[in-house]
Amino acid sequence: MLYRTAGQFKTSYKADQALFPVRQDAVLLAIILTFAWVIFPLTASEFAFQTLLIPIMIYALAAMGLNILTGYAGQLSLGTAAFMGVGAYACYKMITLMPWLNPVVAILLSGVFSAGIGVVFGIPSLRIKGFYLAIATLAAQFFLVWLFEKWSWLYNDNASGAIQVPNLEMFGTYIAGPQAASVTEYYVVLFVVSLLTLLCINLTRGTLGRTWKATRDMDIAAELIGINLMKSKLTAFAISSYIVGVAGALYVFMWKGAAEPNVFDIPLSFQVLFIAIIGGLGSILGNFLGAILIVGLPVILNLLPAAIGVQIDSAMVEHLNVMIIGSLIIFFLIVEPHGLAALWRLIREKLIIWPFPH
Amino acid sequence: MLRDVLFTPFADMIAAPDFLLQVLWEGLVSGILYALIALGFVLIFRSSRIFNFAQGIMVVFAALTLVGFHAMGVPAWISVALTLAVMLALSVTIERVVLRPLVGQPDIILFMATIGITLFLIGFGEIIFGGENKVMITEQLGIPTGSFVLEPWGGLLILEQKDVTAVIVAALLVAALLAFLNYTRMGRAIRALGDDSQAALSVGISLQTIWVLVWFIAGIIALVTGIAWGARAGVSFALEVIAYKALPVLMLGGLESISGAIIGGLMIGMLEKLFEVYWGQPLMGGGTEAWFAFVLALVVLLFRPQGLFGEKIIERV
Repeated sequence: MLYRTAGQFKTSYKADQALFPVRQDAVLLAIILTFAWVIFPLTASEFAFQTLLIPIMIYALAAMGLNILTGYAGQLSLGTAAFMGVGAYACYKMITLMPWLNPVVAILLSGVFSAGIGVVFGIPSLRIKGFYLAIATLAAQFFLVWLFEKWSWLYNDNASGAIQVPNLEMFGTYIAGPQAASVTEYYVVLFVVSLLTLLCINLTRGTLGRTWKATRDMDIAAELIGINLMKSKLTAFAISSYIVGVAGALYVFMWKGAAEPNVFDIPLSFQVLFIAIIGGLGSILGNFLGAILIVGLPVILNLLPAAIGVQIDSAMVEHLNVMIIGSLIIFFLIVEPHGLAALWRLIREKLIIWPFPH
Repeated sequence: MLRDVLFTPFADMIAAPDFLLQVLWEGLVSGILYALIALGFVLIFRSSRIFNFAQGIMVVFAALTLVGFHAMGVPAWISVALTLAVMLALSVTIERVVLRPLVGQPDIILFMATIGITLFLIGFGEIIFGGENKVMITEQLGIPTGSFVLEPWGGLLILEQKDVTAVIVAALLVAALLAFLNYTRMGRAIRALGDDSQAALSVGISLQTIWVLVWFIAGIIALVTGIAWGARAGVSFALEVIAYKALPVLMLGGLESISGAIIGGLMIGMLEKLFEVYWGQPLMGGGTEAWFAFVLALVVLLFRPQGLFGEKIIERV
């Protein structure tokens, strides 16, 4: 009923290919954006900001970067966390070397460095394919984390070996560091994520996105119809690493506040990969759904024993969490291998024709 | 600088050949273990095209089960038998619960499912066995713990007997596996399934039985690896990191090749030790073992995209 598309006629190709060909999609998005921009900031508690809202946004952004590479261009990567690390360390160096730089600009610029590194590690993809490439991206993962540890210039030679976010000011308020309020951090994250999501949606709808999809579906066939594979794969690596790098900078500057090299180790890569796959490869919306599930689930599982009055010690809860998340991943893969985004697509189809079965 | 890279390491090697031999031996022993893990990967990949990320955790799980049974007062060899029974139950469960519903899905989905299995086993193992480091029951299994001391060229070379045992057992295991795959009915069925699953199914080979069998063999390999590695470094979830080391071995050797896994494992084991001792520690502050194998494999792959011994990749439109 609510989702009826009858009567919404398109008279030109342009109108048919518009961002929101169906009016209800636009309305739904407007509602979600109102919640994100107005209602959540007004009502959310400190706990909700720090354990749900901010991390969900950041993880969704990282997964979106990975999704460009794996879901759209078909190049499986296991080195996401290392590229997040490049973004974080680049941002840290820029902030400490040039304190006058606007922090948001620094965060957006830090992605450029990870994009550069991403292209370098993307070059083998021109020859290596499939799982071989996935393992090759692990070379980036292990090498870069090793570099973060050994190259003391990166963390300004401080004794702890960790990067510490200083207090950063913009327009007279602290937006990052120990003094910043959660709500300001949330707005910065939300601004960057909204901006890059819009960019991604439009990129994947355009020429570049179609080139990527052709490369993903069969790269030799794509080459035969005149797609420059080198350009297509390397732009995918560059743009993907840019987004992942920005997500990494946000991860440290807007959420964690400090980071040691081992934060960017392989478990983080896998976490982002889970989000992208459970959300749905080749979908922008899926990243957000996946992030809500993967970030939200442990929080719920942590609160659950206390809520139903069972006493379990925290180590036990941790192990149970890992176990449950492992089984849920398998469960979701079996139920819907194309991810939560495909599930939403199905629901939407049903809503459009509801109450009729066909 | 150039002298430090190109000349000094080799001069050091010639000056102390016994130390060089010791380094190579250490590399060989860890290389054998990498090769064993890679073998588990290759076996499963060949018969089902599943990139089994859970092989590393299966090693940990097998070793922990063995130690756990023994801690309950079960004699060592009966513990081994019971552990094998557990591994069989595990492979049947994995086949029933995870693999069967996912038959025919894209490779990456199956790969993610094995990561799911990994997470599940980590959580499950921590709950049952606890996270602390345990001692492998080396002596109870009759593995000698002394060491041979050799003196080549008046130097000193120490070979631990448990490492020698590991090398011999690994060699026997590989020989038995190759014989099984080449000369038995079941073994040939496994290879047939790897070559062409549709054709294999059409001549009456049961996919389910073979998958259980293959995962069980991978479980046996995991147990042997777990005992050998546990004897060196104790049993804990830290063992899981050696699973990552098996990945470049696979790349180097080729995902389908059993001999590739063995040769790749030995090469990587020895070369990464050599690089760490003669180049990594003096010039780069050490810790290069974390990435050297990957970078080496990456360089090899640039010239041979299917690995040294992998099947030639033929692509058609």
